[in-house]
Amino acid sequence: MSSNAAREFLRRAAEKSADLNHRQIIRRSVDHYDAAVRAGRSRFADWEAARERCHEIKRDALNNLEHYLREFEQRIQERGGHVFWAENSAEACEYITQLAVSRGVGKVVKSKSMVAEEIHLGPALENAGIEDVDTDLGEFIVQLRHEPPYHIVTPAMHLTRKEIAVLFKEKLGDVESDDPQELVAAARRALRKIFFSAEMGVTGVNFLVADAGMVAITTNEGNDRLGTSLPRIHVAIAGIEKIIPRLQDLALFWPVLATAGTGQPITCYNTLIGGPRQSNEVDGPEEFHVVLLDNGRSELLADTEQREVLSCIRCGACLNACPVYRTIGGHAYGTTYSGPIGSVLTPHLRGLNEFQHLSYASSLCGACTDACPVKIDLHHHLLENRRDAVQHASRPLMERIGFKVWRWTMQSRVRFELAGRLTRAAIRVATAAHLNGTALDPAGLWSQKHGPLPSPKKSFRALWGKLDGAK
Amino acid sequence: MRVSLFIPCFVDQLMPEVGLDTVRVLRRLGYDIDFPADQTCCGQPAFNTGYWDDARPLAERFVHVFGSAEVIVCPSGSCTTMVRNFYPQLLSDSPLQAKAIELGQRVFEFSEFLTNVAKATDVGASFPHRVTYHDSCHALRELRLKREPRELLRQVRGLELIEMPYSEECCGFGGTFATKFAMISGAMGETKIGNAELSGAEYITSTDPSCLLHLDGILRRQKSAMRTIYLASILAQTSSKTPRTQRSATAEALR
Repeated sequence: MSSNAAREFLRRAAEKSADLNHRQIIRRSVDHYDAAVRAGRSRFADWEAARERCHEIKRDALNNLEHYLREFEQRIQERGGHVFWAENSAEACEYITQLAVSRGVGKVVKSKSMVAEEIHLGPALENAGIEDVDTDLGEFIVQLRHEPPYHIVTPAMHLTRKEIAVLFKEKLGDVESDDPQELVAAARRALRKIFFSAEMGVTGVNFLVADAGMVAITTNEGNDRLGTSLPRIHVAIAGIEKIIPRLQDLALFWPVLATAGTGQPITCYNTLIGGPRQSNEVDGPEEFHVVLLDNGRSELLADTEQREVLSCIRCGACLNACPVYRTIGGHAYGTTYSGPIGSVLTPHLRGLNEFQHLSYASSLCGACTDACPVKIDLHHHLLENRRDAVQHASRPLMERIGFKVWRWTMQSRVRFELAGRLTRAAIRVATAAHLNGTALDPAGLWSQKHGPLPSPKKSFRALWGKLDGAK
Repeated sequence: MRVSLFIPCFVDQLMPEVGLDTVRVLRRLGYDIDFPADQTCCGQPAFNTGYWDDARPLAERFVHVFGSAEVIVCPSGSCTTMVRNFYPQLLSDSPLQAKAIELGQRVFEFSEFLTNVAKATDVGASFPHRVTYHDSCHALRELRLKREPRELLRQVRGLELIEMPYSEECCGFGGTFATKFAMISGAMGETKIGNAELSGAEYITSTDPSCLLHLDGILRRQKSAMRTIYLASILAQTSSKTPRTQRSATAEALR
């Protein structure tokens, strides 16, 4: 439980938990989101049926993943595109970096991609001397701050427009007020120049469409369209789980993604790309590459209990729904994928021992599961991760012994009653001696936040004996 | 109908008034009450912490202790959830699984039993106070109880039920989460209390005494005038003289 990642998580979580300003900013943002999503769901004849259908389509996609990926690959290759299968982050980064170096690329524009964050593509490009600019407005902002995205969908959700104005004034110079329109215009001016001088565009992928052999990219800013049409080379990177079987499935997944992600009926720009510029076409990139990333996903695919976690369409709904996320914020997790999906997924992708703490950092309230548009049973998977941690990872010795003693105690009515009586007596002594919350308090960790536990003289079963006398 | 009481271990030892008030309401409705004294804990603390091998014998014990019960009523949505929703998975390799699944259909959370089984929403209670209802996560999202406790509260004489904003948001208790991640849990509790206070209610009530224990502690540390009271403790009161909060009820029970 005390990996470096766990200690860092606890430190950051404690800091943010006490940050009332942060809590307020996130609440305001989630309030807007909630209202939009409520309206968005009501546009569906049957939102629950839509969720169920998405779940079924993704289940089919995952159960036949290799078949669909091969179909996708073949179509892309037929149009002269390249498909690279990356086993891990290093392979993916090396392929993209080598490609850039061999083509003399000096500048790369990225449109929103969580996989690029997952494989740490930015630092890899910079190490090769290649400039790398995020063109999604939120990502552009956090990149200027040298921060990772705060949220899967809204990377700069934690910042106020005042903070962004100060940042732009310092980094871009030509900003006079914190008027959102002016801020957007300033970012647009800066990004336009960059778009025109970039030689390579890197994008994420929302859906790999098997039968059409196309990548579907969704943005609200159209930055993906500039990034895939102006530079000579387009590289799309995607986790292998992003596959959907049919083009017609987008008729369901596009509105579902938009509704769960932001409450929009449909996201502003939805682009389908199936290859480089064809001989009969006037625009499009000269080269088109798709990097399909595994990075631990195949292992999760083999786990029949949790395979469905790979159905995630990265809409961010579970983050917004999560009271823990809203309290500690996206950066506290210290992982690419934060919130409930991150807490379920990260132990699989990056190691149970190192990241099991995330599966424990939940009250198991289940709001995430209700919010998930593809019906991933998120909070129950957290329970399974905990079970697996106890079986296969290191847990504190005192906890292991504690539960053995607890089990022994609870297997006997006499021992249970005695333990209860001793506990109540100890609480009374600790309270009388003003020891609440100290190491000598049997309920110390509880008392620090709550004051003493109640310690009635008699238990229910003792009082029941009296009540029952009337029977 | 004979009702067997399933009293959560922490209620038994730390909050006996919750159990007593549950008995009072059920007796008023004419039920014959049985308390199988061999019950201890349903195993949820170990199960939720990942210690399924330690939770399993307690689940099996529960199935033995309550095996012959006609109907089981529990003053906790969370412990009801453990038996009904989680025993089937926990006991998936146990010879008792089928029996556990069948038993799970006879276990009811208190408000669920009154509303859906006993069909008694007016239990003759009087509680002339402003009350807000906290949807506990297990009752709401595992058992899907939202209407049931509210229907009971609406029938209480003098009681004004005021909804708080974000009533469905977790209070932050979460069992061992409250001690393992006390800072997050405490902050979530403060958020919940802030919302409850916005309602202008005098009392927070819920189907789950564990949520209330957590909120009560934070309220006291904040020196708030707001109090917590378990649902059955409202329904148990028939005269409007002195409201019993959880702690004063214990004192009363002992007199």
